[in-house]
Amino acid sequence: MRAFDALRARLPGRAGHGGTVGTVGASGTVGASGTGDASDAAGPVDTRSGGPRAAKARVYQGRARDRFNARDLFAEAAHGIGARPGRLVLTILGTVLGIASVVITVGLAQTAAGQISRQFDAVAATQVVITPAKAGTGDQARPTGRIPWDGAERVMQINGVVAAGLVAPVDVEGRQVTAVPVNDPSVAGRTSPEVVAGSEGLLDAVRGQVVVGRFFDSGHDARNDRVVVLGERAAEQLGVNRVDSQPSIFIGEDAYTVIGIFGDVKRRTDLLDAVVLPLGTARQDFLVAAPEELQVHIRTGAGSLVAEQAPIALDPNAPESFKAQAPASGSSLQEDVQADINAIFLALGGIALLVGGLGIANVTLLSVMERVGEIGLRRALGATRRDIAGQFVVESVVIGLLGGLVGASLGVFTVVIVSVAQEWTPILDIRMAIGSALLGGVIGLLAGTYPALKAAAIEPIAALRGGI
Amino acid sequence: MTGSLDWLGLDEPAGPPAPVLVGHQPTPAPTEQEATGPGAVPAGTQPAVVELVDVTRSFPGPPVVDALTSVNLRIDPGDYVSVIGPSGSGKSTLLNLLGLLDRPTSGDYLLDGVATGRASESVRSALRGGRIGFVFQSFHLLPHRTVLDNVLLATLYSGVPRAERQERARAALDRVKLSHRVDFTPTTLSGGERQRVAVARAVVASPHLLLADEPTGNLDSTNSVEIMELFDELHADGLTLVVITHDPAVSARAQRRVRIADGRLTELDR
Repeated sequence: MRAFDALRARLPGRAGHGGTVGTVGASGTVGASGTGDASDAAGPVDTRSGGPRAAKARVYQGRARDRFNARDLFAEAAHGIGARPGRLVLTILGTVLGIASVVITVGLAQTAAGQISRQFDAVAATQVVITPAKAGTGDQARPTGRIPWDGAERVMQINGVVAAGLVAPVDVEGRQVTAVPVNDPSVAGRTSPEVVAGSEGLLDAVRGQVVVGRFFDSGHDARNDRVVVLGERAAEQLGVNRVDSQPSIFIGEDAYTVIGIFGDVKRRTDLLDAVVLPLGTARQDFLVAAPEELQVHIRTGAGSLVAEQAPIALDPNAPESFKAQAPASGSSLQEDVQADINAIFLALGGIALLVGGLGIANVTLLSVMERVGEIGLRRALGATRRDIAGQFVVESVVIGLLGGLVGASLGVFTVVIVSVAQEWTPILDIRMAIGSALLGGVIGLLAGTYPALKAAAIEPIAALRGGI
Repeated sequence: MTGSLDWLGLDEPAGPPAPVLVGHQPTPAPTEQEATGPGAVPAGTQPAVVELVDVTRSFPGPPVVDALTSVNLRIDPGDYVSVIGPSGSGKSTLLNLLGLLDRPTSGDYLLDGVATGRASESVRSALRGGRIGFVFQSFHLLPHRTVLDNVLLATLYSGVPRAERQERARAALDRVKLSHRVDFTPTTLSGGERQRVAVARAVVASPHLLLADEPTGNLDSTNSVEIMELFDELHADGLTLVVITHDPAVSARAQRRVRIADGRLTELDR
């Protein structure tokens, strides 16, 4: 017996609380009175007059104490979550898969985009090709502009241009290109190499190398000298492999001196099969009407500038009559990839929200129904509706966060594994990974609100009727 | 029992136990005999723990059911009241009202002198947590939590300072002689032990009023006696008890017996 009194006496804080409670509204006299006689007598009188108001004051006093604060809330929520580990796994599965798929999609897209720019064709990035714009479609297409003969020199003025060369196809009107002017009917007809006219900068513009001899220069061009340079394979076909003996080839019956052989071109690889004449010579001998295209070798990153300025340089009056094929600049490439990511991200994010959220809402609702007895008990023990709602909201937010964290980790892990397998460099925005984990918490909050409100609305009497 | 808590060194020197109501106040409390006999304490000098004033509780129909009709009941500190009556007589309704789980349709209920009939839900929750302890027929223990956690649950909502919770819960379990079961889960306990845990939970927050709804309804006679003896001890310590029961043996232990039939309350001989 006395032990129980001791228990009560041992607890000054609680006892003080009780004291205040017992004599609500009795003001300072209670605490001050050491004897308690007076306060006991005064208590009921004051209490009745004070009524609910006094009670309210006490309630707030109770609040200020350790009454179900955040720490208790989280401890109780943790117990609720941990009570059924198997169910927890199933609950978070939807969120895990949703968040993981978002992270994987975005991560792989980012990784692949990085991969694209790393493998970015260095040649393509430094080449601009200008052709006359065409009107009409298909066979009906007709050029609307004409590249001037000094187009290469004009374009060279532009900042960022390293080399430029004109190319014009030459119509040899059926004449054979041969190494010897012998008309031997017994020899089967052979395909002649193509004949192409070029300007002196052409070889640099297509990044070819002279194998033997030299490329022609502007002097040959101006004098209309009958010289040619051969592409590697054309030279082989014609049986020419050295130029120190000044070999000649014949186009029809006209002899042209071979002054060089080139190879290893990066663009217009068809030139390797061609016989290249200076433009002036071609205009004089074969009446070439206009250059077909202008090959421009540029510095990395100058693509958009050259593409914009070259048509103006070629014809200030009608820049629109030229078409410049410039490499996609880094930013436009990124934008394209970004746009793809955004679309996928939105779609998958929506699915993740739905799947994960519905899963959590479902299980939390189920858990509320199962724990009606517990809710009733807690209400009987003094929990307010708010306490109950808070507990379930925190539970579902924590479940959502847990799913988000697991999903984000799983996603990052998958991106790394895939990248390793593909020998890529995994690229993933860390803010995206953290953000998607937090997104899980948001899903939990949204999904938990309705079940929590249901739980808060449960009447303790009904809830206590059954067991737990 | 006394010995087991002596280490606390807090036994009030001599003198009768202080009434639960006023906690630490060194009120010259009445002796047990005095406390249990309301006649010893003139009405008005001490606040009644429970005062029902013309309380009616009717449930909307059709037909409208008057579960309680004009009930007046005053329970003084230290009273041990049993409520008996046939099924459907309004016993549960009375208990729900006393436990602040339900509101009277008319009339008012003063708990420790505080009018609760039209008090806000938060006030009622706080009163429920701080001043009322419940013991249920089916125990209502959380199956996945340890015995200690179950007792601690009552301290969460009643404003018991965090630092005292563990100590108080263990003391309360010691009080019901379950110190050796602290880390067990309720599912491994016998019915009697479970109900003792529930009693420990009910008293851990030092309530002014202990409400028991058929506390022995799910227990065999041996365990019932155990719980009844526990109630006697709590009563002797000055706690105010209201026990609702079918069992005449349980009812016989109470100092006051109240019979409820057809929603009307009659005091039986004391």
